[in-house]
Amino acid sequence: MINETLYNLIITIIKIIVVLSVAMLHVAFAVYFERKTIGHMQRRLGPMEVGPHGILQSFADVIKLFFKEDLVPASADKPLFYIAPVIGIAATMVSLSVVPFFNGFAIANIKVGLLFLFAMSSLGAYAVILAGWASNSKYSFLGGMRSSAQVISYEVSMGLSLVGVMIMAESLNLNDIVAAQQNFPTRLYIIPQFIGFVVFVLSAMAETNRVPFDLPEAEQELVAGYFTEYSGMRFALFFLAEYIGMLVMSSVAVVCFLGGWGLPGFIYSIFSGSSIFISILEVICFLFKLYMCMFFYYWVRSTLPRYRYDQLMSLGWKILIPVSVFNILITGTIKMLVQ
Amino acid sequence: MINKIFFIYFAIAIVTLSLVIITRKSLVHSVLFMLALFFHIAGLYLFLNAEFLALVQIIVYAGAILVLFLFVIMLLNIREDELKEQYSSFWPAGISIGIVFLIVLLRMPAFSLGIKGVWDIKSVTEATSTGAIGQVLYTEYLLPFEVASLILLIAIIGAIILAKKRFSK
Repeated sequence: MINETLYNLIITIIKIIVVLSVAMLHVAFAVYFERKTIGHMQRRLGPMEVGPHGILQSFADVIKLFFKEDLVPASADKPLFYIAPVIGIAATMVSLSVVPFFNGFAIANIKVGLLFLFAMSSLGAYAVILAGWASNSKYSFLGGMRSSAQVISYEVSMGLSLVGVMIMAESLNLNDIVAAQQNFPTRLYIIPQFIGFVVFVLSAMAETNRVPFDLPEAEQELVAGYFTEYSGMRFALFFLAEYIGMLVMSSVAVVCFLGGWGLPGFIYSIFSGSSIFISILEVICFLFKLYMCMFFYYWVRSTLPRYRYDQLMSLGWKILIPVSVFNILITGTIKMLVQ
Repeated sequence: MINKIFFIYFAIAIVTLSLVIITRKSLVHSVLFMLALFFHIAGLYLFLNAEFLALVQIIVYAGAILVLFLFVIMLLNIREDELKEQYSSFWPAGISIGIVFLIVLLRMPAFSLGIKGVWDIKSVTEATSTGAIGQVLYTEYLLPFEVASLILLIAIIGAIILAKKRFSK
């Protein structure tokens, strides 16, 4: 009994180390990928100096951030100033623990995985608000206020947009949701749940404070928004939290709408002998879909201008929430008629 | 054994955090300790096999209500010295109300075990706690559920009417 517990504990710790280190490394290349994508979309080259085609640029940036001076404003609320980025990074990293990367693999395969993701993404708002308040600077404060209103509003539509998926899969466990899509005729929930998918994508962009909803950090008005006063490694923590937040949101989109790790049926019958090979293919499939979503984030960033604040609020409350409620109604009615 | 240790930890932490919340000078610090408190309450729910309730506790209280608290505190911009003068004279009244409440609570029969319902641990785990709550809420307790939502709707409409500008004078 004790031995078994110990064994499970060691396996879990190994899983955590693997997922966290991959996520950290992912951020380095996600930033590079973003800069290159936007560069080429704007007919520039992007980073080119460090390494072949600038591939080591992010590592150079990390080294630079390590050695920068850690400044704390004199009138800042010091405990809150220190804890804000830690809350941000913890909330996003903990979300990674429920994401199934291939069949049956998640650090914590819990029954209410989707709700857990909502809970952690709403916790991310504290990092932004507290950072804005603790810095004691008008730009930071305005950024924090904007973000709190934005995140509360868009959390509602994000939650509602996924209810359709919950109704169809009859589960909140992310692994079960992917498995349910495998048994569904279209194999992807994006086809019956297209409305939910669109609402989710828009809300996810607002939740992660990305263009076109990046009002909390609007450069032209607020310098850098809530993290204006942060420097060195504390700034890097916010940066890390933002990119891992994008990773989490993309993986929710992949798991709930794009079939997750699910491969086409004939591949399972061809390689039915080796389960390891199938697992590798599933990981590749999951990551491919994930990076398509990440690319979409970058694509939107390089093409769209920023929303105005009142437009942001009316989009959230007057369009996305009614539309997602309507989607729940339709999904529920069809589910009832089919049964 | 492990359950008891965890319960003792959660109980002590919840009481300590509640005391810390009401003794902080800065309201924003109080809110942050309240966040920790809500997480500990969610932990208690988890030990009762109610994972749905635990996460709803975090989503609703920590994710939405407490952010609104923070929002209001920042908008009001209360100075610390103002706060001290206004509220510190009420402590005798507060303590006496608290003692009366404690006596009432201790004399209540709620601490003895009641009759067991249909939903024991086994059937809840079988239906998952989310499923069990959904089943009961939409069949047995449908009317109270709808009444509660109606009351909330009335509160929302009331808030809108209070905030609305009156154009005709």
